[in-house]
Amino acid sequence: MKKRNVLVVMLVLVGLVMPMFAQGTSDQAPKQEIRVLLANHPYGELLKTKIPEFEAKTGIKVNYESLQESQLTNKLTTEFATKSSTVDVFMTRPLQEGLMFIKNGWYEGLDKYDFSDYPANSVDIGRKNNVAYIVPLVTEWQVLYYRKDLLKKAGLSVPTTFAELEAAAKALNKDGVAGFASRGKGAAAVTQLSSYVYNYGGRYLENGKAVFDSPEAIDAIRYYGKLLGNYGPQGVTSMSWENVMPVFQAGKVAMWTDASVFYGQIVDPAKTSIPASDIGVAQLPRGPKGDSPFIVVSWGMAMSSASKNKSAAQQFLDWATSKELAVEGMLSNITMARDSAWANAEVRKIMNPGLVETQAHAAKNGYPYDRPFMSSVGQARDLIGEVIIESINTKGTSTKLAALAQEKAKAVDELLKTDGEYGL
Amino acid sequence: MIQQGFFEKNLRYLFPLPAVIFVVVLMVFPVGYTFFLSFTDWSLTSGRPLSVVALKSYLQVLQEPRFLEALGRTFYFTFGSVIVEMVLGTVLALALNRTFKGKGVVKTLLLLPLVATPVAIGIVWNLFYDPTIGILNYMLSVLKLPQSGWVSDAKTVMPSLIIVDIWQWTPMITIIVLAGLAGLSSEPYESAMVDGANARQVLFRITLPMLMPTILTAVILRAIDALKTYDIIYAMTGGGPGYASENLNVLAFKYSFEYFRMGQSAVMLVFLFLIVLLFSLVVMRLRRAFEL
Repeated sequence: MKKRNVLVVMLVLVGLVMPMFAQGTSDQAPKQEIRVLLANHPYGELLKTKIPEFEAKTGIKVNYESLQESQLTNKLTTEFATKSSTVDVFMTRPLQEGLMFIKNGWYEGLDKYDFSDYPANSVDIGRKNNVAYIVPLVTEWQVLYYRKDLLKKAGLSVPTTFAELEAAAKALNKDGVAGFASRGKGAAAVTQLSSYVYNYGGRYLENGKAVFDSPEAIDAIRYYGKLLGNYGPQGVTSMSWENVMPVFQAGKVAMWTDASVFYGQIVDPAKTSIPASDIGVAQLPRGPKGDSPFIVVSWGMAMSSASKNKSAAQQFLDWATSKELAVEGMLSNITMARDSAWANAEVRKIMNPGLVETQAHAAKNGYPYDRPFMSSVGQARDLIGEVIIESINTKGTSTKLAALAQEKAKAVDELLKTDGEYGL
Repeated sequence: MIQQGFFEKNLRYLFPLPAVIFVVVLMVFPVGYTFFLSFTDWSLTSGRPLSVVALKSYLQVLQEPRFLEALGRTFYFTFGSVIVEMVLGTVLALALNRTFKGKGVVKTLLLLPLVATPVAIGIVWNLFYDPTIGILNYMLSVLKLPQSGWVSDAKTVMPSLIIVDIWQWTPMITIIVLAGLAGLSSEPYESAMVDGANARQVLFRITLPMLMPTILTAVILRAIDALKTYDIIYAMTGGGPGYASENLNVLAFKYSFEYFRMGQSAVMLVFLFLIVLLFSLVVMRLRRAFEL
């Protein structure tokens, strides 16, 4: 009797614990299965709707998860670092995590992939020792979004230089509308400041050393701080794109510089209170010493080196980065990395001319980095962010700015040394 | 039967076994491993395997001004919120501790902030706090009062976060204190009435002293939670503007999952662990003193 009770208790316990081990026990045995991690990005959404077609065609079952970008990095890093990963294919941000993942050997080399349809520098970002690891998916470049109606009312034309941009920001900054907006939230602002630094003739890193304390870079940081401090929305030092966008959509911002990907959302009548005909896209005004906005591969796709289903993973990768899907992406306003997608006649017919024009300009003149390209990029962005916030808080007038930038550049150099990337 | 003998003899080990396994796997191991990591320089960005470096990570962390600021902010947040919550919560409980029409409704309403998810609370409060399109600044402008930057201004971000914490957790204190009040015996009150004590004397000489063990229990629960606060801060400000609202937990999260410096992050968590431990010991000692 007692023994039976004990057995019953044990059985119940085992039953309760069983679901913990359920993963991996499939109902049918011989079917190929892969695990795919996608980002909460329009292209990830597109893939999700197409995955059933892939499954029907190949008989490979795709288990996908989709995560917000920083959570995606966290999850991949934790799984790979603890060597417990069952991920086969994943979306990845080459500039954010590429170096670190390559260094740790987490990407599978893609020697069989045909990269001829991609701009060479977009593939080079994810290449080391002549092995490419990342297939570029989506490109982004910096643009100026502006309110046509407000500029017209003020009798202004679209600014083409930094001087004109400042004058316009000043003139439009009235009636509860901020003249100018861009990201001001420390680390998040680093990518959007980059084009300003380039147009002033500066860089974040050069030859593996931090150079954002150069006079050119400091001029750029001052200018950015002056514009946002004087004409930016209230509380701009805590605003990333997700905070600026609703303010723009509510009609409270006249001009906004940010990445090209947001065009689709700011003209979406369900989300914005401004008619699409009043919203313009222009290239970032040129600076005193340059005209090279960033144009970067914001998302790529890669295979895990720990994948146990490499042939199925390769099939999925080839399909998910195919020409056909790239065209589909373009048709839903996603700016894809494949050259052929931009040449497609159907695409050219419906694409916003502002986007086509700014893309052509950036592809020709742009710089392929929007942040310091290093393994410790997260920490480096926070350090540069401190300088940006100081500049915004003082409207660009801080007397400490140069010293602060020097101190932070030194700290970034230390990070490069710790990671063995200094001077490379 | 042999088997039966085995079960019967070892029943006292078998029954607690699942709980013991649970505690070891999910509590003892992570804490121990964190201690171990704090003596290493494990960093994913360097691509090198981890090596034991004794106290190097401790030195690095102690020299980091952000760590000391975060430590200060952890205490600021905890004391700021818990003291106000205790006072408000106790006052509310005393006010509610009688029978009146709609008492059940009021108690249910009080529970609502407790059951809401922190991230959802953070998002909604961020909408209130938004300096341009938020309702709080709109109300201030209607009343012709100066507007505030709330969570987007380094000077006001901590008090603004403390307000959210107070809004969320005061009801819990109220409910704990109400339970404590219900359990008080009526004899001291009767003798106080016989002796002619006035209402104030009854409150300060009888009710509050008798409630002290309950209140201190609530303090421990709340303070430990407040020391460890992560969700509200991360959801609302991510530690910003700049680093102005980073507490230890948020900083440690950034060090491990944004900077990938696991060794230094572990050091910070060891400090947090020791602080929480020390604090609990002190308050438990205090509580015992009151019970005697």
